[in-house]
Amino acid sequence: MIATILNRLIQMAFVMFGISVLVFLIFFATPGSDPAARIAGRNAAPETVAQIRHDFGFDRPLPVQYALLMKRLFITRDLTSFVNRGQQVIPQVIDAVPATLSLVTGAAILWVLGGIGVGLAAAAMRDTWVDRSLMILALIGISMPVFWLGEVMNLLSQSRFHDTWLFSWVPGLGYVPLTEDPAGWAKALVIPWLTLAVLYIGIYARILRANVIEAYSEDFIRTARAKGLSERRVLIRHAFRTSLLPFVTMFGLDFGALVGGAALLTEVVFGINGVGRLTFQALQNLDLPVILATVMYASFFVVAANAIVDLLYAAIDPRMRT
Amino acid sequence: MTDALTSTTSAPVPEKRSGRGPWATALSRLRRSRSAVLSSLVLLIIIVMCALAPFYASLAGSDPFRSNLGGKIMLNGAEVAVMQPSTTGLGLGVSPIGPTWTTQYMLGADTQGRDVAARLLYGGRNSLFIAGAATVICLILSAVIGIVAGFSGGVVDMVLSRIMDVLWAFPVYLLAISLSIVLLNSSFSIGPFTVTSGSLILPIGIIGVIYVPYVARPVRSKVLTLRNSEFVLASVGLGMPVHRVLTRDILPNVVPTLIVFVPILLALAIVTESALSFLSIGVQPPDASWGTIIQDGQTLLYSRPMVALAPGVAIAVTVLALNVLGDCLRDALDPRFKLG
Repeated sequence: MIATILNRLIQMAFVMFGISVLVFLIFFATPGSDPAARIAGRNAAPETVAQIRHDFGFDRPLPVQYALLMKRLFITRDLTSFVNRGQQVIPQVIDAVPATLSLVTGAAILWVLGGIGVGLAAAAMRDTWVDRSLMILALIGISMPVFWLGEVMNLLSQSRFHDTWLFSWVPGLGYVPLTEDPAGWAKALVIPWLTLAVLYIGIYARILRANVIEAYSEDFIRTARAKGLSERRVLIRHAFRTSLLPFVTMFGLDFGALVGGAALLTEVVFGINGVGRLTFQALQNLDLPVILATVMYASFFVVAANAIVDLLYAAIDPRMRT
Repeated sequence: MTDALTSTTSAPVPEKRSGRGPWATALSRLRRSRSAVLSSLVLLIIIVMCALAPFYASLAGSDPFRSNLGGKIMLNGAEVAVMQPSTTGLGLGVSPIGPTWTTQYMLGADTQGRDVAARLLYGGRNSLFIAGAATVICLILSAVIGIVAGFSGGVVDMVLSRIMDVLWAFPVYLLAISLSIVLLNSSFSIGPFTVTSGSLILPIGIIGVIYVPYVARPVRSKVLTLRNSEFVLASVGLGMPVHRVLTRDILPNVVPTLIVFVPILLALAIVTESALSFLSIGVQPPDASWGTIIQDGQTLLYSRPMVALAPGVAIAVTVLALNVLGDCLRDALDPRFKLG
């Protein structure tokens, strides 16, 4: 077990190293991207650009630049933004985490409950009209772009039906910290939670249904039925439990990616100042230190989620142990 | 009528024992599935409508790429300005005309006074073209990488797989956005090709690359099992040259895996393109795509919601049809393929 964990840690470090190199190369070695020219502004004199290139160390060899950036990000932890001079990057990312965590955690609770509910209902009533309409709804949920759904929700809750009893409680766009005003926090996040969860409810319900139906053709289900168990017990205790494994895997990966910043579009549409929005703003200004910090943070969550899922798998399913 | 046709060709023999090849079996399964036929029909209608965009634009008599702030149209026999004086608030400024539901400005105008319906059709052309081209690029790259990694094994496989691991762990949207932002305002040349800024090649290339790990992985594992199968071992043992084994034994068996991915990739590409364009780092003005129209409509969301609603509905319907078709295709080609 210790060897497995160690192996995973080495793999994690490797993937994160790869991602940091990739990000660095995208922003420093891509044809046409000159960070000094970006920082200097649109009509800067060539001398200014040269001066900035020297000040920021862009005239040094690429590996040296990379090593310096990484050292300031991980060892001295004093990396500062290129755009807002002097502003430290790490506190900026840390400040953005609570908003993203609130958004993603709430949405995750909704989509797990919704996915299990819809998936089990469809599987239990498979090939009936209930199953068919649930699956059509799930597909519609998967097919809508999340940012567009967010706009539609804004249109309904902020404008068209804002003056009716239905949405009069919805506050203006933005994030309210949980520590300041718990009720306001929840109110501000209900619509973003729903919007983000719709896509995943669709995906998870479809996968759960497919897995439960596949499990129904297994021998142990026949055995369970032959023992005289009720249909409900066969579904919940036997078919559902085996179908939970892929569900857990996917949940780990999706949750990791979303906390890492993949909820960017939802954050942008609802004006939530989370990590995704921070990344997007940094990308627009080509603020490389912030981009590196947010992407390293994102990849850490993705890679860690991957590793945790693998270890959980080994713990849940004895067949995976080697 | 189709029932009669298929029943005469597939005769009384049960399906499993018919002497037809796997392709014919898959095709007949598809033709018998009502959702497959319906979704193909919907897609066909969307493609034809987008292809007829210039026809509609000439019928409506508006140029969807030039602003038309002072324009006037005939509506119910009266002349109406495209940009109407605002009636809300202080009454300052103008707001574009809403949906007229007639030939001219059927879905209203955007902030530039352009015909939203015409832009929707032209935008659909770009969205569909980008998705199609990106899918082709993604499939070719994934097939090459997957087959090379799976067949050669050893160091090559390890290096390729590790690169795929890194790309896999990089959230797709972050990767796409990073690449778009860096490449957007630069023109550069790769070999004989010069890419100018704002060219459609950028979103196509970026979307084509970012989904490679998702397809290359299953291709690689398929090739790994194929490589140890008896007929491939036999070919190798008979002294067939490698390229012949690859093209005659491996590739034909990988093609079904690739085809199953076509509708899924198309759907993903349409949504990704719209997201990039929505963040104004995809298709660049004056070109339109469904994503850029949603972006245009963002400022008009509460006053003229149709501008943002229409392209979103177009995306949702197209992607829904693709997803349904994808399910049917998977059932038809590879009944044991598992979702996810």
